[in-house]
Amino acid sequence: MTIDVKLAINRGDFSLNFDFSIPSQGVTAIFGPSGCGKTSLLRMIAGLDHIPNAYLNINGQCWQDGQYFLAPHKRSIGYVFQEPSLFSHLTIQQNLEYGLKRLKTKSSLISLTSTIELLAIGHLLTRKPQQLSGGEQQRVAIARALVTSPDILLLDEPLAALDHVLKEEILPYLESLQDTLDIPILYVSHSRNEVARLADHLLLLKAGRIEASGSVNQLFARLDLDLAHDSATETLISAVVVKHDDDFQLSHLHFSGGCFYVTRSPLAVGSHARLQIFARDVSITLEKQSNTSILNIFPAQIDKMVSEGNTQITLRLIIGNIPVLARITRKSTHDLGLHQGKAVFAQIKSVALLS
Amino acid sequence: MFTADDFSALLITLKLATISTLILLLLGTPLAWWLAHSRWRFKFLIEAVIALPLVLPPTVIGFYLLITLGPNGPIGGMMSYLGLQPLAFTFSGLVIGSVFYSMPFVIQPLQNAFSTIGQRPLEVAATLGASPMDRFFSIALPLARPGFLTATVLGFAHTLGEFGVVLMIGGNIPSNTQVLSIAIYDHVEAMEYTQAHWISGALLIFSFLLLISVYALNRRFSVQYK
Repeated sequence: MTIDVKLAINRGDFSLNFDFSIPSQGVTAIFGPSGCGKTSLLRMIAGLDHIPNAYLNINGQCWQDGQYFLAPHKRSIGYVFQEPSLFSHLTIQQNLEYGLKRLKTKSSLISLTSTIELLAIGHLLTRKPQQLSGGEQQRVAIARALVTSPDILLLDEPLAALDHVLKEEILPYLESLQDTLDIPILYVSHSRNEVARLADHLLLLKAGRIEASGSVNQLFARLDLDLAHDSATETLISAVVVKHDDDFQLSHLHFSGGCFYVTRSPLAVGSHARLQIFARDVSITLEKQSNTSILNIFPAQIDKMVSEGNTQITLRLIIGNIPVLARITRKSTHDLGLHQGKAVFAQIKSVALLS
Repeated sequence: MFTADDFSALLITLKLATISTLILLLLGTPLAWWLAHSRWRFKFLIEAVIALPLVLPPTVIGFYLLITLGPNGPIGGMMSYLGLQPLAFTFSGLVIGSVFYSMPFVIQPLQNAFSTIGQRPLEVAATLGASPMDRFFSIALPLARPGFLTATVLGFAHTLGEFGVVLMIGGNIPSNTQVLSIAIYDHVEAMEYTQAHWISGALLIFSFLLLISVYALNRRFSVQYK
């Protein structure tokens, strides 16, 4: 099952040129700087903007092709805007039921009750939107988009208008969405942190065209993309919880290159997790250190090296068969005689468990 | 206190204001909706035409309507040809005159209300499966309620106070086309100041109460919708 999009607009200073196919499962982040066409793409998929001569196919259903254009209210979508945009003349309960009442088929996969529970908004149902905080309103907006069990959920920077505290309040709900529901999510964002935490697949946009498309783990570790040359450059690794060490309060997570030790996680043994390693937290030694406080040390091979300005170098290491980025000084590279293909040890000072 | 003619003038005035306001709401709502959402580049022309009654002397509007609707005018002539009674000097003619005269007072508040709502709530409703008609009735109308209240009361109150247009097009036929504002004029002409006082005072208090209720209700709505 895929989402296929083809569209082209050329209006002087504004041009979009998209032609891609992405898997319609999990969370696909549409990531890029402001003005790169992220929101235009989402609005086109929802049918809110009619772009002539575009093509759109969701899981084998054609929504737009040539002259054919399916009106937005006939598309099975859930859309969450940057602002909650709740209907101010209706109560929270009525807001949630607005879409349900207009469903053609009554077979809703997700019940109203479970959605209310998932987003923890049960205590708000009788209130009016203007009596809610910004974070509560956005949770209601997400629930409202979900209760109709749409074929696809479109989120247009749902956290951008919220401050840091409210972002952290809502992110866990978004993370639990993908675990609980089997609805493909397109998530527009310009926040690297949100992408790292939520997305499985990444569609990288730059100046109105697709720069790259692929799994988040792979794209984050590619040296030819801007992503790898940020001060917050990070690598994401999928791992499985294999054991909890209650004595030292650590969890052991296995991946193809070995085993990570991280702070004891509440995740059950056998569950999948995503590890985040910042490039600046990875250092290189030529021999395996035994007298060090660092727990996570892996044999690695240098795959590629790229300069960051005059002082620093980003290395792409391969651990097992997993790429990991490291950011070190040019002096260290020189002193250690590092070169492409060399076998080294990667010492990872800190690892964060994202989910 | 009030003469029989005064009473019939009162009834005619209320009937005229009610019918004109209803017609204006029916015709004005789609027009205001179009004005609020259209991106047509010559839209300002229509807006200027609608605002004309705000600046024109009512006698000018009345004069042109009289010319158009009278037996020798294009519409009046056609109606005579079809064997119908020309509209000038009839109650129907008064209604047509009032509709033109009070048009900006109904359309402008509606247009403002629809513009204030903006596209977003309608887009949200569309993504939740509401058809364009459904979106209008379930979202736009309730959200524009303060605008409708203002439009209704202003349209009604403004028609109550109409003088020039009515005089030109309706003549001054007691118990047929004589409205309150003209009855007052007649009383003053005839030096019947007591009668003029009663009617003027009643109109003043009635209009004032109407406007108080609009502003009070709108304040309540705007607090609620903030």
